[in-house]
Amino acid sequence: MLNTSDILETINMISQENLDVRTITMGISLFDCVSEDENRLCDKIYDKITKKAERLVPVGCEIEKRYGIPIVNKRVSVTPISLVGGDISPEGYIKVAKALQRAADTLGINFIGGFSALVQKGMTKSAERLISVIPEALAETQMVCSSVNVASTKAGINMDAIARMGEVIKRAAYLTRDNNSIGCAKLVVFANVPDDNPFMAGAFHGIGEDETAINVGVSGPGVVASAIKRAGDCSLSELADLIKKTAFKITRVGQLVAMEASKKLDTPFGIIDLSLAPTPAIGDSVAHILEEMGLETCGAHGTTACLAMLNDAVKKGGVMASSRVGGLSGAFIPVSEDAGMIAAVENGSLTLEKLEAMTAVCSVGLDMIAVPGDTPEAVICGIIADEISIGVANTKTTAVRLIPAYGKSAGDKIDFGGLLGSAPIMSINTRSPERFISRGGHIPAPIHSLKN
Amino acid sequence: MKAVVTVTGKDSVGIIAAVSNECALCSVNIVDITQTVLSDYFVMIMLVNIDELKMPFDEFVDKLAALGQDKSLDIHVMHEDIFNTMHTI
Repeated sequence: MLNTSDILETINMISQENLDVRTITMGISLFDCVSEDENRLCDKIYDKITKKAERLVPVGCEIEKRYGIPIVNKRVSVTPISLVGGDISPEGYIKVAKALQRAADTLGINFIGGFSALVQKGMTKSAERLISVIPEALAETQMVCSSVNVASTKAGINMDAIARMGEVIKRAAYLTRDNNSIGCAKLVVFANVPDDNPFMAGAFHGIGEDETAINVGVSGPGVVASAIKRAGDCSLSELADLIKKTAFKITRVGQLVAMEASKKLDTPFGIIDLSLAPTPAIGDSVAHILEEMGLETCGAHGTTACLAMLNDAVKKGGVMASSRVGGLSGAFIPVSEDAGMIAAVENGSLTLEKLEAMTAVCSVGLDMIAVPGDTPEAVICGIIADEISIGVANTKTTAVRLIPAYGKSAGDKIDFGGLLGSAPIMSINTRSPERFISRGGHIPAPIHSLKN
Repeated sequence: MKAVVTVTGKDSVGIIAAVSNECALCSVNIVDITQTVLSDYFVMIMLVNIDELKMPFDEFVDKLAALGQDKSLDIHVMHEDIFNTMHTI
């Protein structure tokens, strides 16, 4: 028999503490869509996505009703488009982006990810063409997300690709200047990108994946923060245990939803991503968890330690609750999407340098950070190179989603609305790394990548 | 298959009758009820069997939610699997 207090706990988590399933993401392989003709390629891509994910949204809604838990996003990720584009022209890649947008409109999903390229070791012609039109593709579509993997622990860091991404980010900001440079919010630069990430903007369906797969991202920072608050002045060992237990419960819901979606959609279950993903809503903030742990404000000395412990405990609890874990799996710290982070930046407690340190112990990186629109390209490249180095040296995923908001300067604020939230423009160190970036070439893989 | 119906809100006459009646109309059998009133605040948890349910489950969820709105109560219906999954290993 069910226990009354367990029932009330679950209902309280959902209604008061913002427990939700952040996303059901269906990964779809597009390898069988390859064609010499770009129009034919677009048609095949549109047809395959709309056929495979036809029932994704209705099934998501059905599961929401059945278990009484909100499933905030229904998304699709596809094979990196640079791998299926072949010899098509740059304009052809823009057509593909538009085909992805049409498919997203037809399905009624929230985002579609995979306008991506993997260039950690070198850049193929098709990757180069795709990257050259990322700004246009993002400006001319609404739901298409793009990512570029510029480094890995095995391959080292492709600095030419980073230099290229500096340009791309600046141009994406310019082309979407009428909308707070929102193009940059849909573009991520990665190191060690995972193949099965369900979270946007970095999701794509990797090359070693099934034909289709269901990947689920859970959430629940509010639940963890409330549990810590209730625990009062206990020791950190007790707190770690409490976070593990809470993460277990949150992840079990994700597992249940994933298995149900997999069954109803007749699609193999991929992974559960154990990330704690915040939203701009009050009571759904990772920063507030850190503050509940005992910091005056997020960004204070001690923040990195708290985050490291939180991230570890979430994984330990989550891994036991799921049959297969993957994706990014860690706490997210996107500034614009987290009410506590926004407040910490605004009161001067949280700086870019501290955020960078925090990314060494959690996923995923410098995420949704708005910087002045006149930030030089070389500085953006320097920020990317620093962040990517943390990932490569620590054999972990790191990423950069930076918004050099056109026409804005430090102290201004941009508002995207919805899950993307609003971001204060952060002041940054603008001393130039130009000579370093313009050297180009490759930063070799670290010695510890040679494990065989 | 079972589902859990939770009803919360300001206490008034006939809450159990109204919810039970709706269940009966939908061919939903009540297996267990826990109910209490804490300083005018009504809390009830019902375990119901939905094997004979006459309609799709989501319609039943909507029906009880609408009843809740009518009577200024918060009524949730959730499949029992979510509680079993979350609270048992």
